[in-house]
Amino acid sequence: MSTAIDIRSVVKRYGTATALHGVSLSISDNEFFTLLGPSGCGKTTLLRCIAGFEDVTEGEIRLFGQDIAALEPNHRPVNTVFQQYALFPHMTVLENVAFGLKMKGMGLSDRNARAGRMLEMVHLSAFADRLPAQLSGGQQQRVALARALAPEPKVLLLDEPLSALDLKLRQAMRVELKTLQEQTGITFIFVTHDQEEALTMSDRIAVMSQGRVQQIGTARDIYEAPVNRFVADFIGETNLLEVVVDRVEGDSARVILPGGHAITCAAAGNGPGKHHISIRPERLSLAATGDLTATVERIVYLGTDLQLLTRLTTGEEFHVRLQNSARTELPAPGSTVALHLEEGAARLLAD
Amino acid sequence: MAGMTPAPKENGTGYSSLVAPLLLPTWAMIGIFLVLPVLLMAVYSFLTKEFRGGVIWDFTLAAYDQFFLNRGLFGDEPPTLEWTYITIFWRSIWQAAVATLICLIVGFPTAWFIATRPPKARAVWLFLVTIPYWVNLLIRTVSLKFLIRENGPLNESLMSIGLITDPLPLVNTNLAVQLGLFYSYLPFMVLPIYAAVERYNFALSEAAADLYASRWVTLREIVLPVVKPGIVAGCILVFVPSLGAFLAPDLLGGAKTFMIGSLIDEQFRGSQGNWPFGAAAAMILMTLVLIVLMIYARAQAKGEAR
Repeated sequence: MSTAIDIRSVVKRYGTATALHGVSLSISDNEFFTLLGPSGCGKTTLLRCIAGFEDVTEGEIRLFGQDIAALEPNHRPVNTVFQQYALFPHMTVLENVAFGLKMKGMGLSDRNARAGRMLEMVHLSAFADRLPAQLSGGQQQRVALARALAPEPKVLLLDEPLSALDLKLRQAMRVELKTLQEQTGITFIFVTHDQEEALTMSDRIAVMSQGRVQQIGTARDIYEAPVNRFVADFIGETNLLEVVVDRVEGDSARVILPGGHAITCAAAGNGPGKHHISIRPERLSLAATGDLTATVERIVYLGTDLQLLTRLTTGEEFHVRLQNSARTELPAPGSTVALHLEEGAARLLAD
Repeated sequence: MAGMTPAPKENGTGYSSLVAPLLLPTWAMIGIFLVLPVLLMAVYSFLTKEFRGGVIWDFTLAAYDQFFLNRGLFGDEPPTLEWTYITIFWRSIWQAAVATLICLIVGFPTAWFIATRPPKARAVWLFLVTIPYWVNLLIRTVSLKFLIRENGPLNESLMSIGLITDPLPLVNTNLAVQLGLFYSYLPFMVLPIYAAVERYNFALSEAAADLYASRWVTLREIVLPVVKPGIVAGCILVFVPSLGAFLAPDLLGGAKTFMIGSLIDEQFRGSQGNWPFGAAAAMILMTLVLIVLMIYARAQAKGEAR
């Protein structure tokens, strides 16, 4: 697969504030790539640099091998779906969708035919003659999508396009977006702060924080093998424990858990000393003898799952998630339980 | 999109008995200060003039006859179309239109500039725009005359830097009148456009650029149509008072730049006045303005119903 976008050590400064600290990543053609992070992490700034609304201070952005720094936004073969849609209020839905084609010099009948097909694709043919203000939020969102896809960009940028929709619509749109991406074969760069959105749609995810890329990988990589405390904590629910790394031998490290039990896990490139491990609550089970000992404080019924809020004998809060099945024998609150870690459940973190 | 919004329920809340008395002051204001003066003027335009000003209560069409028809020096020739006043009207419309255009060309970038400053700076800029309006219009117009007269500061400085050798004859020209109107009414252009640009969503410009529109095309296709209501309001607010203005044409213009405002003004001064004729000229001016506004309102309604 060829590289669609190559971002090389991009730095963006506003006066004395730095929004991006040397971000490097490369996105393949036809990929659904997500920039995930909390607000202010620089994900939208990076997207705006790719679109051309912001100049990069240092570094370069290459689009299919070509440096696009000198190109104004209207000369970049990328299109954007804006967070608040930014539909042109004085134009009909059809005129909105046809606008990019008109700017590219396509004749009236051709562009209306093409815009009509785009509206069909997003199931809005019946609304072609309406003004944007006469549509619901979800419909406006789909018009914005059709408008950005109509000129057949090489790369589509999506800036939190689902954040203004309600939950049901958001879930439906996730599926629709993923299908559209597969149908059109266009590279999607999707910005979101919603980890569920990121995990369900993306081929790969870049987790960002404070202007830096923390980790790049598939949903599975990032969930199962977070490299640092930020990623482990930001993606899903996890237990972060301070542990002592006893010794490191090649790829594996011997870790002393709170309570004194020793386990072996994959090394994270750091030497012996105090470090953190991440343990997902669902990768644990109750056992006769275990790696950790805890007191059950509360049990929360979640339907498919049961959540045990416990406290380790060494004082740390610790969450355990058990599947709700007839076999599950529940400990009484206040009782002491032994917790068994599944193979590979403990991840040693780099920092 | 007719029929999209349901008609509001009539008096469904039980406040109906209160509405009429509360609206009374509004109706009284409109009646006393708007309807009554216009009616008075309409009635006066059909009365007979008295020689030292004032009117005689005799119904006649003489004032309108005098405006539109020429019956010769002694009033006994077959009537032909009288061009004197129509020419003055046409000149007034032209002057007002040019002044409006200049106001628009200067006012739009000014409003844009102010609306794109940080909020605190905007208040300061708006204040600066309105400051000249704390001074009486007459004084400002006289000052402008002083500035542009033959041995005034403008000509003196242009000559001292060698740009011109002889003073520019600015006073008593169309240009001076247009300059005066522009200077008088610029804020009426700036303020409504500012209000429209301030509400403008700049993401729309980004969206246009993203969809391959150049800056110029974005201005033409997106910005101007979206802020159009502000532009139209500004143009009306400048055009209408410019049309009836008499200070600027009187002080800055000459015989060749005589405008409707001055014509009407003259009819109500001293013993040479002709009140019915002044009232008739004012009625014709008002009708003209109303026709222009109605054509605009009709066009606007059509555009929205599309």
